[in-house]
Amino acid sequence: MSRSLLKLTIALAVCLCVSLFAEGYIAANLAYYYDILISIGVNTILATSLNLVNGYTGQFSLGHAGFMAVGAYASASWSNHLDPYIFAVLGGSGSPLATNFAMFVSMLVAGILAALAGFAVGVPSLRLKGDYLAIVTLGFGEIIRVAILNTDFLGASRGLSVVGTYTNLFWTYGSVVLCIYVVLSLVHSTYGRGFLTVRDDEVAAEAMGINTTRYKVVAFVVASFFAGIAGALYAHFKGFLTPEGFNFFRSVDIVVIVILGGMGSTAGVVFAAVLLTILPEFLRALAHTNFVPAQFHGLLENRLILYSLLLIVLMLTRPQGLFGDGAALKKLFGRSRAD
Amino acid sequence: MDILIEVLQQLINGISLGSIYALIALGYTMVYGVLRFINFAHGDIYMLGAYSGYLLAPLFAHTFRYGDFDTFTPQNALFILTGAGLVMSLSMAICAVIGVLVERIAYRPLRERPRLNVLITAIGVSLFLQNMTQFELGADPKAFPALIPVHVIEGLGNLTILTSQLTIIIATVVLLIILRFVVMKTKIGLAMRALSLNPTACSIMGVNNDIVVSFTFALGSALAGAAGILVSMDSPSINPLMGNLPGIKAFVAAVLGGIGNLPGAALGGLIIGILETLVVAIGFPQWRDGIAFAVLIVILLFKPTGLLGRVEREKV
Repeated sequence: MSRSLLKLTIALAVCLCVSLFAEGYIAANLAYYYDILISIGVNTILATSLNLVNGYTGQFSLGHAGFMAVGAYASASWSNHLDPYIFAVLGGSGSPLATNFAMFVSMLVAGILAALAGFAVGVPSLRLKGDYLAIVTLGFGEIIRVAILNTDFLGASRGLSVVGTYTNLFWTYGSVVLCIYVVLSLVHSTYGRGFLTVRDDEVAAEAMGINTTRYKVVAFVVASFFAGIAGALYAHFKGFLTPEGFNFFRSVDIVVIVILGGMGSTAGVVFAAVLLTILPEFLRALAHTNFVPAQFHGLLENRLILYSLLLIVLMLTRPQGLFGDGAALKKLFGRSRAD
Repeated sequence: MDILIEVLQQLINGISLGSIYALIALGYTMVYGVLRFINFAHGDIYMLGAYSGYLLAPLFAHTFRYGDFDTFTPQNALFILTGAGLVMSLSMAICAVIGVLVERIAYRPLRERPRLNVLITAIGVSLFLQNMTQFELGADPKAFPALIPVHVIEGLGNLTILTSQLTIIIATVVLLIILRFVVMKTKIGLAMRALSLNPTACSIMGVNNDIVVSFTFALGSALAGAAGILVSMDSPSINPLMGNLPGIKAFVAAVLGGIGNLPGAALGGLIIGILETLVVAIGFPQWRDGIAFAVLIVILLFKPTGLLGRVEREKV
């Protein structure tokens, strides 16, 4: 067993133990923190996977929430319609075996469908570069949302209730660990050097015989797969989905995490995901104390004002993010306009 | 005959909608022309134009007798038009100032940096403008004051044309003529065209590129502001997020016409407006916001340079 695989197994085992022994206590006594824990997990998966596209491969996608939506709705409707059959075989919805198996299957369905959507979107749009790609992925993200909004089967604008809320710490952090493992082993493998080449110099990569389009599509499909998993976790955690939950601003949230953490730095992105999930909660709590004058409460509670300033200030002062190494980013963006 | 009237009707609706997109698209295309980047915050300048009008109009309401539309005489028609024109010009000026400030504060320090850095900053600026407006003025939709009397123009048979639609179309044509004059006949317009051809050569020839860029932002933002006022005459409900979709659609219009090309942007805007009206007319109103993206994807796949754009070779 290779060392990285060993680490993965240990990490998964730790997740399982924590989930087995602490889940009930945290969920019952620290419900608010339990919510935040799950949100951190979901955001980490989204950001780490997006980092594969935006950071390591250097393609700027602005539609990650769209793939999360595909996963969320896929897993929700799968569970709503097909879980009864699983329960019929494995015992009622009370049995842990049955619910966890159902959760696993619905996550898998979510990931695969999101990956398919990522493939369908990626193949045509990844021929584009830079700002065009950003706009097209934004467009696809919106199209997915509009499509859900117009599909009666998925609840349209009324929203969709999810029958079972099976998300727990194991599935969440197990997915986090798996996602980080897959992304890191991909980019550190011989094959994965291709991602970095595409980012560093696409023309040179092509000249060396690297199929740049294929690398981009692979990165996109893997990222979409994990976005779908994050969507499934989200769906089975919230228990209710609306298309508005997956709008452009959700995509922006994820992009902000990736940029703050540093594009192409998994450690940075994980750190930023934790930070930016806690920060709005912290600011909201701060707004309810006496330290802050009343007129600033709204400012503190609006995370998007904070995020927008964060984006501008980061780009002006530290474009490589908290952890990213400067060289990677400089190359990622290619030269500026060749004058 | 009925079919013909119907087609004409939809065409007019489409043109008045498309005029709005065209005005916004011109700003995208001009900024792209001189700086080669997409000013993501442009749609929010359009929103700020509408809000400027919303805040300015009450100041002049007494002088220009808005609301006194019942007795429509040539005298008060002149009053009304002067008032509306004044509100629109002032809003355009405000938007121009905001546009220049945004460029000065957020984009200029990044001029030498990679393009995508600027794109991320622009997303930040866009979110900032939206959310600050939301914070200062509230997220709820506001009723835009009536600057002109909106009613159906009489004497056209079955054709329903609103005065607001007519105003949009006429105002757009006037603004386009002015823009054409500025770009083609003035010195600063010449500098703009030179800058978009070759920035280095342009500055060697003694042009102050910074001033030209600022002027371009002012011009583009003023047009977006005008679009914001005009659209609010027709659909008088404004909110801080109103710039998002029209902004993206106008960007699509700019790409459709060939980004960097001024007549192309106007043409693209009209096409998107008409297409959108058609989608609604043939019975798919819920897909009206999707059609622009579909057009974008098709155009980028089959003719990335747009209808009137020219091919730019990638230099290694």
